[in-house]
Amino acid sequence: MSYIVDILLIAVGAALINNFVLYYFVGICPFIGVSRKVDMAFGMGCAVTFVISIAAFLSWTITTYILKPGAPLSKWMAGLFVSPEMAANIDLTILCYIVYIFAISSSVQFVEMYVRKFFPVLYKSFGVFLPLITTNCAILFACLTIMSNVAGVDNPADAWDLGRSLTLAVFGGIGFTIAIVIMAGIREELELCDIPKPLEGAAITFVVAGILALAFMGFTGVDSGLKKALTPKTSETVQVQVIHTDRNLASSANYIF
Amino acid sequence: MADAPTPYERFIQGILPENPVYRQLLGLCPTLAVTNGLQAAMTMAGAVAFVLFCANIITSLIRDLLKPHLRIVIFTLTIATFVTIADRFLAAYMYQMSKTLGPYIPLIIVNCLIICRCEVCASKQSVVHAGMDAMGQSIGFAIALGSIAAVREILGTGMLFGIRVLPAVWPDWVVMVLPPGAFLTLGLLLGAVNWYGMQKQDA
Repeated sequence: MSYIVDILLIAVGAALINNFVLYYFVGICPFIGVSRKVDMAFGMGCAVTFVISIAAFLSWTITTYILKPGAPLSKWMAGLFVSPEMAANIDLTILCYIVYIFAISSSVQFVEMYVRKFFPVLYKSFGVFLPLITTNCAILFACLTIMSNVAGVDNPADAWDLGRSLTLAVFGGIGFTIAIVIMAGIREELELCDIPKPLEGAAITFVVAGILALAFMGFTGVDSGLKKALTPKTSETVQVQVIHTDRNLASSANYIF
Repeated sequence: MADAPTPYERFIQGILPENPVYRQLLGLCPTLAVTNGLQAAMTMAGAVAFVLFCANIITSLIRDLLKPHLRIVIFTLTIATFVTIADRFLAAYMYQMSKTLGPYIPLIIVNCLIICRCEVCASKQSVVHAGMDAMGQSIGFAIALGSIAAVREILGTGMLFGIRVLPAVWPDWVVMVLPPGAFLTLGLLLGAVNWYGMQKQDA
């Protein structure tokens, strides 16, 4: 039961509260570039979600079995050359950026080849976006978040398993899709408006994105509220009313995220 | 085909006329994310300058060996190596700043700015051209980051680089240091730069 609650909190967090585009600022390039028409934006969102899930699966597997301190495969390989005690200390996390980039580029390449061969109609609608997605910040960001929750935790029992990682990836992609589709809808309307010349194009898009980010800030606290609602009350827990005031916002101003 | 720009022209172009943030709209992810405070912004600009310079030099040195369909991957792997170096350096010598910048240092790897400069300049021209281009673009990037960070920090906290600039009666516009403020500041400053460019064109 608490696993499902965990998954739900990660999902809501990734999609709404800590939206990849409007809170963490990753994936801004397609957000600005592709959000002119709603159907194009939706296609881009689906493509990003698809690639993010594959990349997250790859990065979780590689991190858990090869890169993290004391990972099984690396320990076995090192054990062939050095003593087992030394092999147990092996820590390959320094290679993580290079390995992730390699994984993402190759997965995008394979996805493109596969889609072009077996789903040509899908390729026609996805096709031009797929190469752009390789350099998309959102994918690398998802991989880095997964890595910090797998290899960067102090207690090995807290390390994320595959389910949590995939939830973060899929719902992060869904949050990206939500944001980009809303932005596309607004931009379609903006084309009929009388915008001052200096602000036309990217500038007004950013201003609108700022207001959108302001709206999404309203989701803050949904995860702790959900957690309180879904966790069964025992006799030991004390009901504490937490009131979010403006002071909480000001204190969070010292953190970037 | 017209003559390719000289190294000096590349350097000057990178600062304002082809400013990476305001004109080319590249590298927006760190621009929005780390411009909470001027110190974080300048650290990020320094890291990007290091990575851009080294990646440009290396790419320019191996430009004759690049296969067309693999070049983006090669650029990215080169950049990833230098970002690893920069990340570990920051973690070792500026630990607090490394924690503040968080995942945005590794995200320099997929920063469109560096990949674009490698693609446009370094893979086609000599080492000197590439180096000067890198330096010009880095200075332009630092100017852009600095301007946005200054506006956000002064309006959001009344301080600049930790020093009190506005009087204590200033009600901190907290939204400026939060994500919406990043978008709004960038949009309005972009509008200001466009307006200035239009004025110069009309004059």
